Amino acid sequence: MMSALAAQFAQMALVLALAPALTGLTRKMKARLQRRIGPPIIQPYRDLRRLFGKDVVLADNSSWLFRAAPYLIFAATWVAAALVPTFRTGLQFSWAGDLIAIVALLGAARFLQAVAALDTGTSFGGIGASRELMIASLAEPAMIMVVFTVALVAGSTQLSTIAAFMADRGGLRVSLAMALFALVIVALAENSRIPVDNPSTHLEVTMVHEAMVLEYSGRHLAMIQLATSLRLLFYISVIACIFCPFGLITGASGWLGYGVALAAYILKVIVASLLLATLETAIAKMRVFRVPNLLGIALMLGLLGTLLLFVSRGM
Amino acid sequence: MQIVLAGVAGLLGLSVLALVLFRRRAAAPILYGACLAICLGLSASAALSLNQAASEAVLPLGLPWLGAHFRLDALAAAFLVIINFGAASASLYALGYGRHEAEPARVLPFYPAFIAAMNLVVIADDAYGFLFSWELMSLTSWALVMARHRVARTAVAGFVYLIMASFGTLALLFAFGLLAGPQGGYAFAAMRAHPLSPGLAGLALVLAVVGAGSKAGLVPLHVWLPLAHPAAPSHVSALMSGVMTKVAIYAFIRISFDLMGDPGWWWSLPALLLGGATAVLGVLYALMETDLKRVLAYSTIENVGIIFIAIGLALAFKAGGMAGAAALAVTAAVFHAFNHMLFKSALFFGAGTVIVATGEQDMEGLGGLIRRMPVSSAAFLAAAMAASALPPFNGFASEWLIFQSILVSPELPQMGLKLLVPAIGVLLALAAALAAACFVRAFGATYLGRARTAAAAQAREADRWSLAAMIICATLCLLAGLFPGVVIDWLQPVPTALVAGHMPPQAGIPWLSIVPVSASRSSYNGLLLFSFVAAAACLAVAVLHRFASRIVRRAPFWDCGYPNLGVLAQYSATSLAQPIRRVFADITFAAHEQVDMPAPGDTRAAVLTRYLRDPAWDFIYRPLARALGATATLLNHIQFLTIRRYLSLVFIALVVLLVVLALWG
Repeated sequence: MMSALAAQFAQMALVLALAPALTGLTRKMKARLQRRIGPPIIQPYRDLRRLFGKDVVLADNSSWLFRAAPYLIFAATWVAAALVPTFRTGLQFSWAGDLIAIVALLGAARFLQAVAALDTGTSFGGIGASRELMIASLAEPAMIMVVFTVALVAGSTQLSTIAAFMADRGGLRVSLAMALFALVIVALAENSRIPVDNPSTHLEVTMVHEAMVLEYSGRHLAMIQLATSLRLLFYISVIACIFCPFGLITGASGWLGYGVALAAYILKVIVASLLLATLETAIAKMRVFRVPNLLGIALMLGLLGTLLLFVSRGM
Repeated sequence: MQIVLAGVAGLLGLSVLALVLFRRRAAAPILYGACLAICLGLSASAALSLNQAASEAVLPLGLPWLGAHFRLDALAAAFLVIINFGAASASLYALGYGRHEAEPARVLPFYPAFIAAMNLVVIADDAYGFLFSWELMSLTSWALVMARHRVARTAVAGFVYLIMASFGTLALLFAFGLLAGPQGGYAFAAMRAHPLSPGLAGLALVLAVVGAGSKAGLVPLHVWLPLAHPAAPSHVSALMSGVMTKVAIYAFIRISFDLMGDPGWWWSLPALLLGGATAVLGVLYALMETDLKRVLAYSTIENVGIIFIAIGLALAFKAGGMAGAAALAVTAAVFHAFNHMLFKSALFFGAGTVIVATGEQDMEGLGGLIRRMPVSSAAFLAAAMAASALPPFNGFASEWLIFQSILVSPELPQMGLKLLVPAIGVLLALAAALAAACFVRAFGATYLGRARTAAAAQAREADRWSLAAMIICATLCLLAGLFPGVVIDWLQPVPTALVAGHMPPQAGIPWLSIVPVSASRSSYNGLLLFSFVAAAACLAVAVLHRFASRIVRRAPFWDCGYPNLGVLAQYSATSLAQPIRRVFADITFAAHEQVDMPAPGDTRAAVLTRYLRDPAWDFIYRPLARALGATATLLNHIQFLTIRRYLSLVFIALVVLLVVLALWG
């Protein structure tokens, strides 16, 4: 009980501390792959500190919603990331929401992000929000289908139970491979990464996520950037704990075990970051109206995975 | 039972009173206040009678040999709560909103009768009483739709509604005829006692889907709904959308689960297929629409689809002998019906306050209202999040239960269902995601941004009665989302009566989580998630305001450096939906755009035209209307025959009938 509670709070602190480093690491690796030196890995922390110190410049006509949204977006994303098993399963509050609820929590964060983008009545906020909604309208069903596939394999939608099942008895399955592929596409889309969106662009015709946060400044912008980093870490953690659960503590463990599990988790995050940087360097960004095709593939893969399990069950 | 009948009599009495009083200024407050009191009483008494044994009553009304049978069982009690709570909040809202009514005499007499009729449908226990109250409900709501008969669109709406309502009643009439059988047992008790043969059951099911579905708004029988619901005054729109569609859902549940006996597995097919199509098409229609109230009406269609998906799953589970899963799906269906009543009422109330404040219901003429109407915009936002199935609100809790019941369905024995149910799951997830897009758009275009018209810029916050009704509904949306276990436990008599199963009791589960099947399988705790998010947000605010800069400066918006953007340069409702229109609507609605760009040097304005096709009208109703017209023209000749020809026609008809009888016997 106490250890589960301690692990829960340790995890909340861990994801918060690690998220900016992940963003920094990905940027660094991407720069190196493109033969640039790139900013240091701790640059996102410096950015955050600088933004914390700056004044907030609010648009004259912005409402209470615009000011409240960054904190709520950050809080929802943080809670979602804190409920994913990173180094051990059976966290104190892991039953507070199953995978469907966690995905919906991120959906709530996106809802707030989109309405906040519309608040000032600028054209860029609108363009970002409308595209984000189009992407989400396909990415979310695809994610639900991935959840269905995984849940049918593990017999549970609880992320903790799924991770424990995968660590103990997970094997190679066609439907899981489909789910992994679909989940990677969804993760790219939800995190506004190439090929769906470019996190480092400010070219007006291409941007989605950046267009939504254009009006933010100071500590509000810092909250949103932190939430963006947390969301990337969330998706990497989900992929890691479902499809690559090695090193995850599922029962009782000593200090050494925790150390190993933590090291394994950080290793997984580094590998994922390297893969992401390679992918983003290797392929180009898609046109916005090509994205539905990509997400359609994810949705169909998720559906096929689920169908396979539905049909093979109970015969 | 007696309380419900007394309440209904009271409401009918109020209708008569309205006929006398309507010229007085005090008529509206007195009548709405009385409706509020009676409906609250009815709602409370129904809530208390939910877990009591069914009570019955027979009154010497209606057909002389039949009498009027009434029965209050768990299903009826649950829907009575939905109806009367929705009616009570609408009456509370109308205490303020009703003052803006130009012709109260066209609303006041019908409003209590409409509520009474919906109550009567739910407690009726014989086909005659059911159909009589059903028609009373249709006609009173038609009269309410026609309250603003001087608006051109209202006449069309009323006409289409009247046709579809009569058609639906006709289908229900035939369904009850089949259920009653040759003996003519029109009391529901007699129908329960005589199950139908599979062939006749299929026919009765189709008739029930058509009859109840046309009132509930199942695609493609939905065409009247987005015309009629928005045409009525807003409190009546809320009643029609939030409550009357629930009465139709009640009718389908009553017929398919109760009167028709043990279901075959294929009974679930129409509900699942039409429900899935309705859920997705409803919200897509909503995304194409710019009239705020029509957006809400289309969203009602979507939610009806979601409820029908849950009903279909429940039928499949019941036929497969999976009582626990069937109980889960039934609970999800009724829970979602309850939730939809709450959030759709709040949304229509919000639309009503917007219309009162600005005189505008097209979203393209609104905008920026969050600064002029802060309280109602917050309530609208909460209800919009509930309608988008986002935690911690109630819409998510019920959709989560439906997802959980989909995850139980691999244990179904039928291969066809195994292939169908995941596809329905995709449709449900798609509908939920598109609903979020729809409500970002509706809220954003109406309340956010800058005002697009002078009227929107001058808007004033609504009166306190309207605000109270909105706040109560929005708060209950949140509470039902935070404590879904309470509602689930409270609803359990319904699945116990319908499918002889129940969900695990939620009250004993630690931390107020909800557990649909077992704790290791899935659990959800809206309260805890909400507290965590709230605590994390407060922590972030506290830390930042302590250690980071606290300074806020105001400046013109930046918008990537573009200066002097006009009000019309902001994204409109139409442009917000453009990506979704391009992705989803080119097949369903044949959506396309045409740009008429003048040649260089030509000073005329460029024109962008947007084309949309409504498949229901183009493929079903217009051809039907044309065919009817053509047939009528053909038959018109018969009107001008000589008497000899008429006599020979009568003779031929007689001979044909006798031959048919001879062959049949």
